Amino acid sequence: MRRALWPLVALALFIAYPLLFTTPFQQRLGALVLLYAIAASAWNVVGGYAGQVSVGHVVFFGCGAYAAMGAYTHFALSPLVGIPAGIVFSVLIAAVIGRPTLRLSGHYFSMATIAVAELSRLIVTNTTYLGAAVGLSGPTVPRNIFDLSFISALPYYYLFLAILVITLGITWWMTNSRMGFYLRAIKDSERAARSLGAPASRTKLHAYMLSAGLTSVAGALYAMMFGFVDPESGLGILISVKMLIMAALGGAGLLFGPLVGAAILVPLEEISNNLLGGKGAGLTFVVYGAIILLIARFQPGGILALINRLWAKRKPAEAPVAAGAKNAP
Amino acid sequence: MSFVLVQVIVGGLLLGAVYALFSSGLTLVWGMMNVVNFAHGDFVMLGMYVAYVVYTLFGGGPLLGVPLATLLLATFGIVVYFALIRDIMKGPMLAQILGTFGLALLLRYSVFWWFGANFLSLPANLVGGTLDIFGIRIEAARLLAGVVALLVTFGLHLLLTRTALGSKMLAVAEDQTAAQLMGIRPDSMQAVAWAIAAGATGLAGALIATFFYIVPTVGETLGIVAFVTVSLGGFGSVPGALVAGLLIGVIESLSGYLIGAIYKDIVVYTLFLGFLWFRPQGLMGKS
Repeated sequence: MRRALWPLVALALFIAYPLLFTTPFQQRLGALVLLYAIAASAWNVVGGYAGQVSVGHVVFFGCGAYAAMGAYTHFALSPLVGIPAGIVFSVLIAAVIGRPTLRLSGHYFSMATIAVAELSRLIVTNTTYLGAAVGLSGPTVPRNIFDLSFISALPYYYLFLAILVITLGITWWMTNSRMGFYLRAIKDSERAARSLGAPASRTKLHAYMLSAGLTSVAGALYAMMFGFVDPESGLGILISVKMLIMAALGGAGLLFGPLVGAAILVPLEEISNNLLGGKGAGLTFVVYGAIILLIARFQPGGILALINRLWAKRKPAEAPVAAGAKNAP
Repeated sequence: MSFVLVQVIVGGLLLGAVYALFSSGLTLVWGMMNVVNFAHGDFVMLGMYVAYVVYTLFGGGPLLGVPLATLLLATFGIVVYFALIRDIMKGPMLAQILGTFGLALLLRYSVFWWFGANFLSLPANLVGGTLDIFGIRIEAARLLAGVVALLVTFGLHLLLTRTALGSKMLAVAEDQTAAQLMGIRPDSMQAVAWAIAAGATGLAGALIATFFYIVPTVGETLGIVAFVTVSLGGFGSVPGALVAGLLIGVIESLSGYLIGAIYKDIVVYTLFLGFLWFRPQGLMGKS
């Protein structure tokens, strides 16, 4: 029960946040933190738990976003209808990329994901059905509540919070299932795991497909909140970078890592954009690059891993007791 | 018609030679230490900007710009090796990929921030005009770039296979501990490999700067080209990179000519993904 305490406290704080911070800027900021936390948590399933660094995750984000806006533009349906379609497309694309590349060394997978992301950006930019360079828009005036088009950020905030809880729930369930145990074994030593009969390629592929589906939901939510998607905001490599850096900064392969990363980086970016204006765009990514580089060089586990380690060091006397208590039936 | 086609193929071969040159750097590092530099294309981009700065600010010609870019990038390669690569090599795969990918972003957006996102180009007459060889018209700049790239790639192959330095590097690639027992320092050999790899990108960048578009994000496309070349040619194989580079150059310019310029990159990326599906071990690799 004590393990559930901190997440419940965090959840209560997240529920209370919009009641304490009531300006539109603060509520929008909160919604964005949650949105990026969803996307980064989805990335974490394959990037963190399976240890396969996808650098083109924006493909799935774009799938969801384009499916949601396409459902409205072409069929005059609620953008919500696009979500299942986006998930199906994403999972299929993940299967097509993952099946050949996940058998090879991780570099191939990373590079293939970049190539697929760039390929889809180029194709979509030249496809009139998908709005080419201009993109697709959602409903300007909501017809009913199912259009999910609100002026205030508050409804989005609670919607994103609910989806984040579901995403983290699925991730938690995965880590405690057979698949999670396989993934942990594969990450430690793929050869050893294979020799003990863990189906390494298949398990990684399943993690990738799960991650793809979750990412596409994040993309659909993004498009609904902003009311449009274009090749840059829906398929640009920088969205992939954001997912990856938030998860890595907070702690890749840890349940709450991506949330911590998003809670640090999203406010940082919003505030720097407000201060620097358009000029800041390049600079933001210089800083992002530097952060990713420094994490990789000095702290590959991310902030949460560092905190866990410091915590364990601070209370050496209690540690054996706590470990013993955990193992007790 | 057929003359135009020949011209397009020759143009593709010349550009492909430059692809082969900078891909040799990637393949050398990958084959030797199993590290993939995700910033490799951005190194080429840096070479282009060094050349641009030399040509426009100091009014120096390629005779000054090309060696300077090569030297600067080679030095940069050594710095990157000792400051970053040496440590992340021992880390998990995640750290390896994130480390060089972070470096790529850092370089790309530093240049973006400094020079802006606009396409830059150098005056076309920097390397004199267009040559007419048996009715085939070739820009002198492309001819120079292609020929130099071909010679240097060949030289690199000789360096790796026919010299004592090459043998030492090969020894480190085979077995670090054994090499160390023979009195070879893996650290210095790997630093040399990074200097050669980065020097090759600097040279290639400065060579194509005279006729290519110069933009901070060009490194992304070139990085994918290098990766495709290496995976087609097989790791660690400079001759493989040469054949694959020439092939990609020709395919790219043929598809640009036959289907349309915007589909050039689409064809290269699709080719790459197709190869991953059907022949991941490369053109000449063993299965």
